Amino acid sequence: MYKITRKAMLTPTICLMDVEAPRLAASAQPGQFLIVRAREEGERIPLTICDYDREQGTVTIVTQIVGASSRLICALEEGDCFTDVVGPLGCPSDFVELPDGALKGSRYLFVAGGLGTAPVYPQAKYLHERGAYVDVVVGAKTADLLILRKEMSAVCDNLYVCTDDGSEGHHGLVTEKVKLLLAEGQHYDQAVAIGPMIMMKFVALTLRESGIPLTVSLNTLMVDGTGMCGCCRITVGGKVRFACVEGPEFDAYQVDFDEALRRQTIYRPQEQEADHKCKIGRN
Amino acid sequence: MQNREELKMAEKIGRVPVREQDPKVRAGNFEEVCYGYNEEEALLEASRCLNCRNPRCVQHCPVGIRIPEFIAQVRAGAFQEAARVIARDSSLPAVCGRVCPQETQCEGSCILGVKGEPVAIGKLERFVADWSRAQGGVPVEKAPANGIKVAIVGSGPSGLACASDLAKLGYDVTIFEVLHKPGGVLQYGIPEFRLPKQRVVEPEIDSVRALGVKIETNVVVGRTITIDELFDREGFKAVFVGSGAGLPRFMGIPGESLNGVFSANEFLTRSNLMRAFDPSSDTPIFVGKRVAVVGGGNVAMDAARTALRLGSQVTIVYRRTEKELPARAEEVHHALEEGIVFRMLTNPVEILGDENGWVNALRCIQMELGEPDASGRRSPIPIKDSEFEIPVDAVIMALGTSPNPLIAKTTKGLETERHGCIVADESGATSRPGVFAGGDAVTGAATVILAMGAGRRAAAAIDAYLRP
Repeated sequence: MYKITRKAMLTPTICLMDVEAPRLAASAQPGQFLIVRAREEGERIPLTICDYDREQGTVTIVTQIVGASSRLICALEEGDCFTDVVGPLGCPSDFVELPDGALKGSRYLFVAGGLGTAPVYPQAKYLHERGAYVDVVVGAKTADLLILRKEMSAVCDNLYVCTDDGSEGHHGLVTEKVKLLLAEGQHYDQAVAIGPMIMMKFVALTLRESGIPLTVSLNTLMVDGTGMCGCCRITVGGKVRFACVEGPEFDAYQVDFDEALRRQTIYRPQEQEADHKCKIGRN
Repeated sequence: MQNREELKMAEKIGRVPVREQDPKVRAGNFEEVCYGYNEEEALLEASRCLNCRNPRCVQHCPVGIRIPEFIAQVRAGAFQEAARVIARDSSLPAVCGRVCPQETQCEGSCILGVKGEPVAIGKLERFVADWSRAQGGVPVEKAPANGIKVAIVGSGPSGLACASDLAKLGYDVTIFEVLHKPGGVLQYGIPEFRLPKQRVVEPEIDSVRALGVKIETNVVVGRTITIDELFDREGFKAVFVGSGAGLPRFMGIPGESLNGVFSANEFLTRSNLMRAFDPSSDTPIFVGKRVAVVGGGNVAMDAARTALRLGSQVTIVYRRTEKELPARAEEVHHALEEGIVFRMLTNPVEILGDENGWVNALRCIQMELGEPDASGRRSPIPIKDSEFEIPVDAVIMALGTSPNPLIAKTTKGLETERHGCIVADESGATSRPGVFAGGDAVTGAATVILAMGAGRRAAAAIDAYLRP
């Protein structure tokens, strides 16, 4: 039952796990996500699918400790089991629908922020394997927090690193690096940004004038993840959409990011309370 | 009427009242509201049944429970025998005894109701089911296994009913459930204080498992596996789709995306399925100091009474009058007893928020009833210049639900109508051979018992389709 077959701490607060979920591994596609529960009393936590091995029947997930529930997930060890893993959820990335031949030679730019590197990986891999040209810009606070560099390098043409503190690569924000690439004359048929909501908002503002289509993957709050609760609703092009079943990927230029940012905070007071209690329990 | 004496006697005794938790006490806990009958009360109430030769109650039961027959067994004190009579037609008697709208079905047609009060059929069903469960349940007759595989999509009332009947006929049945716990609406929708999960829902689902039905949770049919793959790769010979009506509706008024506006589905799923009311659960839930619940159905009552128990002051806002409330009479009565305020003939026009994007008021307009509409109910019409505001910190929208389009979208040749409901005939047959459907996925949001009826009819149709 959803056994963890491999666990690696990528940074002190980010862990990678391979989890047995054969049906899910057999059907997962780039762009989709899954939901886990770490224990019987556990919350349903949506996580992006970082990779899948159809033969082994495992999926790879990457979790960052940001609160009580993600701390519980990261505390599980190899050989432990998740209480529940369900998916794949959401729609696959649009390019999955295209015939393989159509992707050859097309030029993709990915912008990944922090944990967003995990969901970018299977997309870059899928496109790279089908002959697309793939550039990836990844951003992190500091070099120690960069994840999946080796893996990502293997599935893209150029990997550009940005760090807030200048400890590696471009010293500054991913949006600055994107502007530099465009100024150099790089052209792209499609861009994809996945990371914190605020980063996606600014990538959208940066790229809007370039005319390059931009897709973002929205990490909204969710309960069931199957369209039932409406907790994930966002406004896209003036219309209410459910990120869990109609997304998670949307046309960035149509997304109301300010509303999405605000809606992410609905349960923040309770989450902080939960984390606080949890810390006391541990001490 | 077979016996005038009996009729007079039954009218004279009057319906045996059922014991309930004190409204003031229960408003602060999630324990079951109704205690149900004890043996003595059940015997007395059962003695009121006239055992009509043409029982109208059976005709008005969507699953056709042999009501006078089981009540006669209760009257004789043969409770286990009564359970056996019910088990022939229903796999969820402890659930139905609690949540069926008896007043419009069996009890609504009871002859005693003409002059006095009908037999408390629901309370008797509940008594029998609870009594029998405490004794370990009743063994059900089962045909020898035939090895033919049937898949059921969704473990709600229609799926469980369909699975039970097919398992009794010897089929090899697997239910696929998307959530982590089986039960569908019984698990995520109906609150603990009306339908206890561990004491009632889980044992009742276990009794379906005891028939040999397998339940696989965490499977999204349409994503994890498609209906075509169930046929082609896994060897299922027929599929029943009982995926319910899970998508919440909103009003489309300004302010619905403010923080503090929730669908009843979200609010109830957090409290019921995720047990957010229990401090040991990790799932958060938000209830303001004052909450408005919009709608008048059972889901609105459930959301309102849940919010009340979590410590909020609750107002139900409904655009028609008490008479048109679609909720069960008992739920409305309980809600009123518990101190929920009803604002009738009131319709929201906008949700107002503070500078941080949190709800602070619900702007409404006063309504009056006009001419009857297509449903036969008088349609509400706004009264000009009658707008006013109700100060609230949260708004819960309980406006009904629509079927999830995922299965129709991922199954070739499965026809749906314009509301997204799967098109199926009376037997449950769809446009796709071998695929049957029933319950809310076909009708749109309805009741537990109607879904069970559809599940049973589909089971019979699947049997006819597969039987060599």
